[in-house]
Amino acid sequence: MKRVAVLIQPLLALVAAFVLTTLALLSTGVSPLEAYRLIIFGAFSTPVRLSDMIMLAAPLLLCAVGLSITFTGGLYNLGVEGQMIIGAIAAMVPLRLWPDWPPLLLWLMAALSGAVGGALWALLIGVLRRYAGVSEIFAGLGMNFLAGGLALYMVLGPWRRQTSASLSGTDLLPRELWLPTIDRLRLAPAAPVIAVLALAIVWWALTQTRWGLEVRAVGLNPAASERLGIATARRMAETLAACGALAGIAGMLQVVAVHHALIPNISSGIGLLGLLVALLSRADPRWLLPIVVAFAAFTVGSIQLPLTLGIDSAIAGVLQGALVLFALATRARQ
Amino acid sequence: MRIAVEQLTKRFGTVWANNRLTIEFAAGQIHGVLGENGAGKSTLMKVLSGYLRPDEGRILFDGKPCQLRGPGDALAAGVGMVHQEPLDIPAFTVLENLLCAAPPGVFRSWRAAQRALEELAERLGFAVDPAARLDQLTIGQRQQVEIMRLLLCGAQVLILDEPTTGITAAQTRALFTALRQIAAEGRTVLFVSHKLEEVAELCHTVTVLRNGEVVPPGQLVMPQPQEYLLTLMFGDAGTTPPVYRPLPSIDSPPVWELRQVTVRSGTLHLLDLNHRFAAGRIIGLAGLDGSGQQVLLRLLAGQLTPDRGQILVNGRDLSGAGAIAFREAGIEYLPADRLRDGLIGALSLAEHFALLQRTGVIVDRRTAEELARQAIAEYQIKATPLTPIAALSGGNQQRAMLALVPPTARGILAEQPTRGLDVASARAIWSRLQARRDAGCCIVFASPDLDEIMEYSDEVIVCFAGRIGPSIPRALLSAGRLAELIGGVGFEALVEAV
Repeated sequence: MKRVAVLIQPLLALVAAFVLTTLALLSTGVSPLEAYRLIIFGAFSTPVRLSDMIMLAAPLLLCAVGLSITFTGGLYNLGVEGQMIIGAIAAMVPLRLWPDWPPLLLWLMAALSGAVGGALWALLIGVLRRYAGVSEIFAGLGMNFLAGGLALYMVLGPWRRQTSASLSGTDLLPRELWLPTIDRLRLAPAAPVIAVLALAIVWWALTQTRWGLEVRAVGLNPAASERLGIATARRMAETLAACGALAGIAGMLQVVAVHHALIPNISSGIGLLGLLVALLSRADPRWLLPIVVAFAAFTVGSIQLPLTLGIDSAIAGVLQGALVLFALATRARQ
Repeated sequence: MRIAVEQLTKRFGTVWANNRLTIEFAAGQIHGVLGENGAGKSTLMKVLSGYLRPDEGRILFDGKPCQLRGPGDALAAGVGMVHQEPLDIPAFTVLENLLCAAPPGVFRSWRAAQRALEELAERLGFAVDPAARLDQLTIGQRQQVEIMRLLLCGAQVLILDEPTTGITAAQTRALFTALRQIAAEGRTVLFVSHKLEEVAELCHTVTVLRNGEVVPPGQLVMPQPQEYLLTLMFGDAGTTPPVYRPLPSIDSPPVWELRQVTVRSGTLHLLDLNHRFAAGRIIGLAGLDGSGQQVLLRLLAGQLTPDRGQILVNGRDLSGAGAIAFREAGIEYLPADRLRDGLIGALSLAEHFALLQRTGVIVDRRTAEELARQAIAEYQIKATPLTPIAALSGGNQQRAMLALVPPTARGILAEQPTRGLDVASARAIWSRLQARRDAGCCIVFASPDLDEIMEYSDEVIVCFAGRIGPSIPRALLSAGRLAELIGGVGFEALVEAV
């Protein structure tokens, strides 16, 4: 009986999400089948689209992996978007200061700087929670706005283009500082490799190490964990820092592998999409990769909707949101 | 208004909190409701005031059956309850608090509400400023505000649950005067308490609940002899002869020493504690719920920081060091709510042992499982090392919690160690605790069960209304005397004698 429920519930959520999305599509008067063909298979139709999907999936996976740590530790890190932005800004610092250093060294420094920036930004949430009693949800949301403002300030202020300040971003980085990219495909193979590596490391840390077991215990029952002698506040801070570091690396990838500059919208909502992935996967690392690929494919596939069917690409967001909502609803019935 | 219940039954799982109760409370009187913890007092009051719905039976207001869908319904019908902890909105002023929950049409304007409030406060002898914010008031004043709110919203029946806990003597006197006035105006007052002297002073009748039933059936007219009421509340616990066990004299320093400790928690304020908890003893904390036992246990566990004074653990000053430092000094705390505060339900016993590993990066599963297997054999836990703790029975969870206490522990604090356990499981838990005691541990436990206190303690400390009595050797105590002390009879003299 229980076995059956385990299979039926995700199926039910899937069906409900597609019904809702279909209704939305029908209301615009387009053929749902044609739209679904684009949304689901569009990302796999040409090599360029496939690589676009991969370049979106890499930072998304990093954020989702980071969030699965905080979820396991019982925290809702809605500040992941801001941590990604700060990571991107911090990654820019060494690239702008010493552009003629060896690229490999600069990439390492950018990754380190991005990770530290994201981690410190996330730790601020922990500080606010611990010492000021601010819920991490509100602290994170508020700090997202702050981070976004900071990115805008950097783009229009200290790091503005040499010609004239522009909302479209800073000057492009020198070509040799871009992460090695297959131009024809816009694909930087290092990005997905880093993301999958992060997934493997985090999966190992959460399931095999004593630290991971303690984080799970704190997430399940902080009071009992404290009683058993676990430093709960410290573990919570560590999960936040780890998530912030991964989001920071995602931000760094956006800079050196995708946009090759700092732009105001550097995070592009990837952090928040990562939250949906983490919710849908229940922070189970085994589900992260497939869900990330599916969500990235929906987003990339839907980009063609305005051109071919004349409807907005936001329908991918409807599908993603509906999936998470119905998955949560069917689980809540258990 | 006359309020009555007929054949009222309320069950929580397998526990019959109220078992076919039939009682009637007449108007214009103050009715005392007595009973030990878990006797069903609070359940009955919550049913009468709409917070709980009965499983069976009827509620009658002035002889008419009434269905209550919630506290708002009950107040509309004329029943209001004052809770032990104030259920108000602390950020509001007295007047805002009064207006925000008032049924439509009760007050025409702020001015009218203020006038009504001032007039009622005058009549009841309460001194309350309508513009004061509730979080600036004492618990006693907030209680006065709540009483006036309910009366102004039309309560004809006023229920008070342990109203004198956490308020000053002067406020108690003011409260009693006001309650007499309220009854004299023709309203019904239900006064739930465990303080016999207060019930004797205030109430016209008394109803004693024991195990969810009224004993003897029906109300008793006050006054009644105190010993009789105690026997009704606690049964014939006083007749079993004490079992003597000579206390070994132990030279090692006390596990805990309190020096002029003052600590505050919620409404309770423990003053000037000077106690020594010797090694090799089982010390029982007796007292009705919320009399200070839990605060004392949490203080000894390092979860509460004293406002003043020193706590020495094994001779080392740990005042304000925090629970983790206490734990490292060999103090273990076993909470009453095992799944909420004690163990992690989704994890297995082996994973709990793994959590106690303090070295290595990777979880040493083999060692943890081996330790779990040993614990299962030694403590006769019905589980495998990999069964989630939440799937175990209460007795097995308690054994698991004990098994996780490291052998180096010097002090064990147990809050209701046998709560919800059957007799055999309780006995098994106690034989483990006694073995720990004989190995030199100091065990401090709180229990609402007087028989348990009498049977297993070497020394007994009575807590009464936020005051901690001196430790009494068990051999010098009879169950009857213990029951008296818990009800506050002779408590004062005992404290002064030391």
